[in-house]
Amino acid sequence: MSQAAVVEKAAVRQYKGTPGQIRRRRIELTAGVVLASLAMVWIVVNIINSPAQFAQVFILGFRNGLLYALIALGYTLVYGIIELINFAHGDLFMLGALFASYFITVWFGQENSNLAGWLTFLAALIAAMAFCGGLNILIERLAYRRLRRAPKIAPLITAVGVSFILQFIGIKWNGSTPRNWPKVLPQSEFTVLGVNIAWNTVILLLIAVPLLLLLSWVVTKTRQGKAMRATAQDQDAARLMGIDVNRTISFTFAIGGALAGAAGLLYQQTTGTTNYNLGFQLGLIAFTSAVLGGIGNLNGAVLGAVLIGIIQGLNDGLPIALGQKWSQTVVFTILILIMVFKPAGLLGKSTTEKV
Amino acid sequence: MATRAARKAKKATRQPASHRTWALGYLALAAVMFVVYQYALPWEGLPLPIYDFLQLWLPPTAINEALVYVICALGLNIVVGYAGLLDLGYVAFWAIGGYCAGWFMSNFFEQWNFHGLASVPTTEPGLHINFWLVLVIGGAVCAFFGVVIGAPTLRLKSDYLALVTLGFGEIIPQIFFNGEDINGFNLSNGTKGITRLDPIPTGVKDLGPFDFGSKFVIFVLLAALMVFISLQLRRGRLGRAWLAIREDELAASMMGVPLMRTKLASYAVGAVAGGIGGVAFATHVDGVYAERFNFSISIFLLAMVVLGGMGNVWGVILGAFILAWVNSTGLPALGDTFNTEFGTDIDFPSFTFLLFGLVLILMILFKREGLIPESRLRMVLHEGDADEELKPAQEEKK
Repeated sequence: MSQAAVVEKAAVRQYKGTPGQIRRRRIELTAGVVLASLAMVWIVVNIINSPAQFAQVFILGFRNGLLYALIALGYTLVYGIIELINFAHGDLFMLGALFASYFITVWFGQENSNLAGWLTFLAALIAAMAFCGGLNILIERLAYRRLRRAPKIAPLITAVGVSFILQFIGIKWNGSTPRNWPKVLPQSEFTVLGVNIAWNTVILLLIAVPLLLLLSWVVTKTRQGKAMRATAQDQDAARLMGIDVNRTISFTFAIGGALAGAAGLLYQQTTGTTNYNLGFQLGLIAFTSAVLGGIGNLNGAVLGAVLIGIIQGLNDGLPIALGQKWSQTVVFTILILIMVFKPAGLLGKSTTEKV
Repeated sequence: MATRAARKAKKATRQPASHRTWALGYLALAAVMFVVYQYALPWEGLPLPIYDFLQLWLPPTAINEALVYVICALGLNIVVGYAGLLDLGYVAFWAIGGYCAGWFMSNFFEQWNFHGLASVPTTEPGLHINFWLVLVIGGAVCAFFGVVIGAPTLRLKSDYLALVTLGFGEIIPQIFFNGEDINGFNLSNGTKGITRLDPIPTGVKDLGPFDFGSKFVIFVLLAALMVFISLQLRRGRLGRAWLAIREDELAASMMGVPLMRTKLASYAVGAVAGGIGGVAFATHVDGVYAERFNFSISIFLLAMVVLGGMGNVWGVILGAFILAWVNSTGLPALGDTFNTEFGTDIDFPSFTFLLFGLVLILMILFKREGLIPESRLRMVLHEGDADEELKPAQEEKK
């Protein structure tokens, strides 16, 4: 082989990556196509089998997906800025749900869906967001700030510890068994083209979507958002540019917490139950969503959450599916598959270690 | 400042206590406890207060359970303490080991008949294999799963690994939980679990579920085996490679340590310990129950490793004993005593979540190297602390 051919071959290899990378990409692509086509077949079979039911569970899944999005954003914001998987975030959501339940039912005594109930609901939204935001700031200050430069395993372990402490508060507050609450949102449904849609789904949409838009505006358009993005990129450089890094990180935790608080209220009002281990289950689902979309990427988190919500809704509600008892397994299998084949997620950048 | 640094350096260079002293202490303590439980406790002449005290504060079942935790914590220590990989789904290996015992040592699979050196008569239906062989099988199956889950994921960032293992630790127990009817096949008997395991054959006599004293000896020996494996591996080539990876992955790979293979080895060895612990636990409670294998077990084990001292075998044993005892006996017994003494009605066992959470946070914040620190790890864990001292000045400026 001539010298020039060798050089050219090397150049081509540099362009496409090492043989290992090329093989990996090929495997990823094949696995992705196979999985996607299997999912399509499953969906088409179900649509033909029972179109009305499909639409129904699709909407339900979409609604849950929006809820997951609110939680997933907390994970992805925190991961984006300090590269920490905040295990306690799901439990923060659980405390938000409990706080909202107590706020509406115990402290303000609202049990019916009337004007007073709706006003309390709005007040509870603001209160729960403030409560969870403040709590998240406190958690960051006490458990994570000191460890910002420690080896990565250290803050991960404290995060698990915080999660346990929040669950303890949950047990003491809620009791160790699920608890039912009256709902102040309208319980009626309306029918569009033979599909029943609950009014609370519409209300959830009306609250979650503006919150997501507001977050997007804060991060992309405001000064504080700019500081967040700068800190996420390079803390030291941001500090040199005069950004108060500690305050920016606190602000990020506050936003994440506030979204979790809103999600807590919405969850409690749509399902009507709370439990102390709610945060663990939904937190993991939300984290999976964040990873599916590409962790650290805000749009990705919302996309991933809606996808996961729909997949879970379809799996739980359709006649031809694994059913609700395998719901968690389905979600975690998705988590593991993404981690293995596409750790960057759908919209994220590559994250494999460069070693 | 200078004196503090010097003191730190001096501490770091201090030689760890000889392993032989530790090992002798461990065996001597085990022997004393065996004598106490096998001979003193059933003895008629034992004063009643002492008997009551032992039954309340140090019942034999709690000691045996703690030993099972020791075995598993030592395995987790290889993954977390030696190789520096965070595994949050360790309970999966415990569950797989437990179900190996359930499948191969009971009447559960009535449709098949197989007897491999078992301690029960051959007329019994089901798969019956000798306990000691089941230990090997459980370890091997777990090692297999460790490699299967580890091979594709260990190349990821360390915190991603934590999540994949967490997912794995959720899926496996759920499969057992729902495994009553997988296409008509009963894999795990679901929530009812598998009960009545074969007794443990020892050559002298077969140990049933209530032979606490003799089973104590078996568990002590299994834990000692894990200690031996941990220390031998650590001293050898593989152990040095693990420590190198833990301290600086990039530098280690530059020195020619094969990252993937070494990490995978730590994961597999840890899984084997989990499998052995699972089999031991199944014989301890005489059955396997799916709902017992939950996320908190993984965290309990992690807290044990963190409390005792990541990477230090003796520290981990101490941590496992303390936390397992507090969880199984300490808190309930303290609660009973406290409530009868003061006429209160406080549910002490419900405080375990708070306790374990606080252990994790406070240890990491204030004593990251654990109760019995490992000297090398101390230096690694406090690497960033020099920068820490700049922070107060910065905050003042604000």
